Amino acid sequence: MTLARINDLAAHYTAGDTNHHALDGVSLDIAPGQILGVVGESGCGKSTMASVLSLNPGPSLRITSGTMTIDGTEVDLADTESHRRLRGGTVALLPQGALNALNPTRRVGALAYDILAAGDKRIKRAEAMERTASRLEALDLPPRVLRSYPHQLSGGMRQRVVTALATLRNPRLLVADEPSSALDVSSQRLLVDLLRRLVSDGLVDGIVFITHDVALLSELADRIAVMYAGRVVEEAPSRALVDEPHHPYSQALLASVLVPEPGTRGRRVTGIPGSPPDLKVPIAGCPFAPRCDHALEVCEQVRPPRNAADARVDACWKNAETEEALHVG
Amino acid sequence: MSAETELLRAEGLTKVFGRGKDAVRAVDGVDLALAQGEITALVGQSGSGKSTLGRLLLRLLDPDGGRITFGGKDVTVSRRAARRDYWREVQAVFQDPYAAFHQYRKVGSTLSAALRLLPDESAASRKARVAASLEAVGLDPAETIAKLPHELSGGQRQRAMIARALMLQPRLLIADEATSMLDASARVTVLNLLADLRDERGMSVLFVTHDLGQAYYLADRILVMHRGRIVESGAAEQVVAEPEHDYTRSLLADVPKLHRTG
Repeated sequence: MTLARINDLAAHYTAGDTNHHALDGVSLDIAPGQILGVVGESGCGKSTMASVLSLNPGPSLRITSGTMTIDGTEVDLADTESHRRLRGGTVALLPQGALNALNPTRRVGALAYDILAAGDKRIKRAEAMERTASRLEALDLPPRVLRSYPHQLSGGMRQRVVTALATLRNPRLLVADEPSSALDVSSQRLLVDLLRRLVSDGLVDGIVFITHDVALLSELADRIAVMYAGRVVEEAPSRALVDEPHHPYSQALLASVLVPEPGTRGRRVTGIPGSPPDLKVPIAGCPFAPRCDHALEVCEQVRPPRNAADARVDACWKNAETEEALHVG
Repeated sequence: MSAETELLRAEGLTKVFGRGKDAVRAVDGVDLALAQGEITALVGQSGSGKSTLGRLLLRLLDPDGGRITFGGKDVTVSRRAARRDYWREVQAVFQDPYAAFHQYRKVGSTLSAALRLLPDESAASRKARVAASLEAVGLDPAETIAKLPHELSGGQRQRAMIARALMLQPRLLIADEATSMLDASARVTVLNLLADLRDERGMSVLFVTHDLGQAYYLADRILVMHRGRIVESGAAEQVVAEPEHDYTRSLLADVPKLHRTG
């Protein structure tokens, strides 16, 4: 059973004569009732992936290959007009910088009515308000919020209002693109609890949570996918990924996380030498090879295989069946 | 703290924004002391007043009460020339390395503009100073000065900003969320650079952050700020292992843990 699946997705942005290969053969599965975390550093393609998955791709993005199904429906990635039907009801986006996502000149109730009317043109205003009020209540917000302007709400309340509005039409899949990065740890904690509750209360069927903060994901997500240079280099159950990362990039990423755990002070963390590759040039082998301590000759030349075992996948030559690696090398 | 190692001291420092019933005491009677050659982290959540305190110590804002002494000298109300002297000793690096650069100017030109704070020098010695400080932060001088800000990565831009501050050989660097916008791996290189500057040059750093993980990794001492006051201070290990104040405990509980215990 899958709630949503993308398969072998490739896409690039075009500017003048150059193509920027933002996504290079990405495949992901989201099971119902699950939170899938996607982690990666700036420019790894995670926001582009979120925009495709939430059916909000930017106008300059060209999707060159790949298929996507959501809630049993095959989505035609080329026909963006058909996405409109699915947006909001089937898939919804919880945007980056959620605090600035509300129109400052309109009351929350008016925004909510527009969202519901986009799905059902004949909906009565009273019914819309009733449904919104009950969703607000589910997120511990008083009904007076309906008549409030965004500036009359605290940051934490606004975050919950945006979440309430994004899930108002009971989307099957919620795509959250870095909703936490502007928040301090205490507000982050509230958001994490809130998203978990949306899933356990059945208000949404599944969440894809995109972030650069792997420590946050280890507490929130059921599974974690690690992205690098437009590819998913590893995907595994959260605990397994955090405790025993298989891909050298995941290992390096986890090694640079700083957490205040007593007794760990004084060790020197080194970070990752070098910088991510230029995505204007297509990469034949493994994109991490130039920065990788374990790189073999084959890594630079041939795309690593998908090694799947024990409910986890990684794309690394080092972990491939040795025979195969030797054969190709 | 003995008098020889003390670099900066603030007593009863207060800043109020607004007036009447809308008044916000952003910084409310703060006492603190920074030692020579030590990294002190100032930790607090959004709105705790940590950035306002940083700006007061930088003398970018005038306090409504209290006093600041630097190297034994009162600098609370310094103006013009006196304040410029102060800025030779106390430099800052801010959160957004993009906003700190002129986007159409080469990095080298932004860097040499900071040298106006120093007495006149020959062009050659200015150039040498820029090159030396870029080298100190691990950037290739010849390559970097000819670049525009957008041609550098976030981590490189922030290191170039630290290089700008270093040219003046300050005794104190105030880093206000200087690493918050960086990726985890780039962040570590900037933190290590700050630690090296402390160890090799005896520079003091006030590291303002909301992230206890970074504070714990880098700092010798941690100050926890909440609603305009310093509610806890102590050695980094002690604050994290045995927090005394309830607020510190709740802050620690909210930090996501990588490895779940139990």
